[in-house]
Amino acid sequence: MSQALTIENLVKVYQSGKVALKGISLSIAEGDFFALLGPNGAGKSTFIGIVSSLVTKTSGSVRVFGHSIDDDILKAKQLIGIVPQEFNFNIFTKTIDVVVTQAGYYGVPYRQAKEQAEHYLQQLGLWEKRNETVRFLSGGMKRRLMIARSLVHQPKLLILDEPTAGVDIELRRSLWVYLEKLNQQGLTVLLTTHYLEEVEILCKNVAIIDNGEILVEKSVHSLLGDLTGETLILDVDSILPEAPKLEHFTCRLVTPDSLEVDLLEHQTVNELFTSLDAAGIRILSLRNKFNRLEELFIRLTGHTVEDAV
Amino acid sequence: MINWIALKTIVRKECVRIFRIWPQTLLPPAITMSLYFVIFGHVIGSRIGLVEGYNYIQFIAPGLVMMTVILNAYANVSASFFSAKFTHSVQELMVAPVSEWTILLGYTLGGVIRGLVVGAVVMVVASFFTHIPIQHFFSMLAILLISAWLFSLAGFFNALFATTFDDISIIPNFVLTPLTYLGGVFYSIQALPPAWRVAAHFNPILYLMNGFRYGMLGVADVSPWLGLFISIAASVFFAVLCYVLLKRGRGLRT
Repeated sequence: MSQALTIENLVKVYQSGKVALKGISLSIAEGDFFALLGPNGAGKSTFIGIVSSLVTKTSGSVRVFGHSIDDDILKAKQLIGIVPQEFNFNIFTKTIDVVVTQAGYYGVPYRQAKEQAEHYLQQLGLWEKRNETVRFLSGGMKRRLMIARSLVHQPKLLILDEPTAGVDIELRRSLWVYLEKLNQQGLTVLLTTHYLEEVEILCKNVAIIDNGEILVEKSVHSLLGDLTGETLILDVDSILPEAPKLEHFTCRLVTPDSLEVDLLEHQTVNELFTSLDAAGIRILSLRNKFNRLEELFIRLTGHTVEDAV
Repeated sequence: MINWIALKTIVRKECVRIFRIWPQTLLPPAITMSLYFVIFGHVIGSRIGLVEGYNYIQFIAPGLVMMTVILNAYANVSASFFSAKFTHSVQELMVAPVSEWTILLGYTLGGVIRGLVVGAVVMVVASFFTHIPIQHFFSMLAILLISAWLFSLAGFFNALFATTFDDISIIPNFVLTPLTYLGGVFYSIQALPPAWRVAAHFNPILYLMNGFRYGMLGVADVSPWLGLFISIAASVFFAVLCYVLLKRGRGLRT
C-alpha cells in the first residue's frame, strides 16, 4: 500500500527561536484513519500548517502521495483537503459560494463545481442554507461548511484540525459517522482532536506528539493493549475517615464518600468488590477516572487531560 | 504557471464583491465626481476660460477620470486582499494549488476591473456636463489599463505589509491623493512658477495624468509616451516585487 503522507526529520524553528518540531518522522498509509494527539504547544498545528503550506518548514521533507512539497507543491496541494481549527471564511459570502469558489481554486470548472458543492452541502445538511450568508450560520453549521469546502475538489488526503471542537454531542456523532463513511470509501484521514474518545472510535493508527517530538506511533489497538491497568472512582454509602487499607489494592480517599483505586491488568473488579465487602464498604457506583487512551496519554506525556488538545 | 480556472474564480469573486458592495465602490465616485464637475467645472470653470484650447470642465475631465481609476484600483486590491488576510480566508487560496502569479493576477485584475468600471461611471457623469472628445482612443485605453494595473499592484503590495485597516488607508490618504491633486488634475503645470514646474516633474502621477489627457484631448504637458513607459516600467517592478514577496509568504506564512 502506498504512503499518503511521509514526513522525514521535519524541523520548525520560529523566528522567535522557539523550536516547534524537533525532527519528527512519521508516515501515514493510504486509506488510514490517523490521529495526531498532543497537549497544547506540542507542535500539532505547526505540523499541519507545514503540510498544508501555511507554515514554512525549517528543514526536513514532506511528501504527499509521493509528491514533495519542495519540488511539486501544486500536485501535493491538489491531493489534500484541509479543515482548519479556526473558522476562516469571508463571513459576507454566501454558503454555496464558499464551496464553489474553493472548488475553482482547485481547478474544478464552474458548472462541475456547482454540482459538487450541491452534493457535499446536501450530504452535510447545509443545502437549505446555501443562499444564507456565512455570518448567519451557527457554529456547528460553519464547522460542517468547512468540511464541505475541504471535500469539494475530492482530495485523497483529508486533514482535520479538531473538527468536532465546540460542537454538540449529536453533531459530533453525526460527523464521526460521516468521516468513517468517507474513510471506508478510500479517503485517507488525518485528524487532531482533544476528544480522545474520537481516536478510540474512529482511528486505526495514532501518533502522540509532545514538545515537538513523536513519543509513540502505532495502531490504536496496539496502543490500548499497552495499558497495564486503570484507575476507578468508587462512590461509597458511608463517610470514611481515611482510605481503607486493602491487601492487594491501593486506595486513595478523594472525598469522604468516594475512593480512587488502581486496578492492575491482572486484577478483576470482582476481586476488588470482594475486598471492599470484607472491609465493610458498600459501593454505590463506579466509573473510570480516565478513559483508556487518556490514561495512556497522561503516562506518556506527563500532562493532564485538561492540558491536552 | 497560471491556473486559468483559479484565475477566473478569483476574478469572479472580486467582481461579485465590487457589485455586492456597490454603495461603497460605485456610488461614491459618481457623487464625488458630479460635485467636482458642478463646482470646479461649472461654477468656477465658467470664469476661467479656455485652458490649452478646451473649456475648463473638458480640461479637468481626463484628470478626474484618471484620479478615480488610480484611487479605486488601489483601494480595491488593498482592501480586498487585506480583508482576506484579516479574516484568514486567504488561507483558502494558500492551501490550494494556485501559483503566486495566479493570485497576483487575479486580485490585480479585480482592481483593474473596478478602476475601469468606476472610470466609465465618471465618463458618463462627465458627459452630462460637457462634450468629451476622444482624440487617441488606443493611447487613452493603454495608459488607463496600465495605470489601473500599476495601482492595483501597489495596493497589493500595501496589503501584504498591512497588519491593521489603518495601514491600508495611510498611502491613499497621505501619498496618493496629494500626488494626484498635484499631478495636474486641475491645472496645466505651465501655469506653475518655474521652481514648482520643475518639482512637478518628479511626481510620477503627472505623467499618467498627462498621458491620459493626451488620449482624450490631444494635449499634454509632458510626453504621453514617457507616461506609458513609466507606468509599464513601474508595473513590471511592482509585479516582480509582489511575486517575490508572495513566494516568500510575506505577511501570510509563519
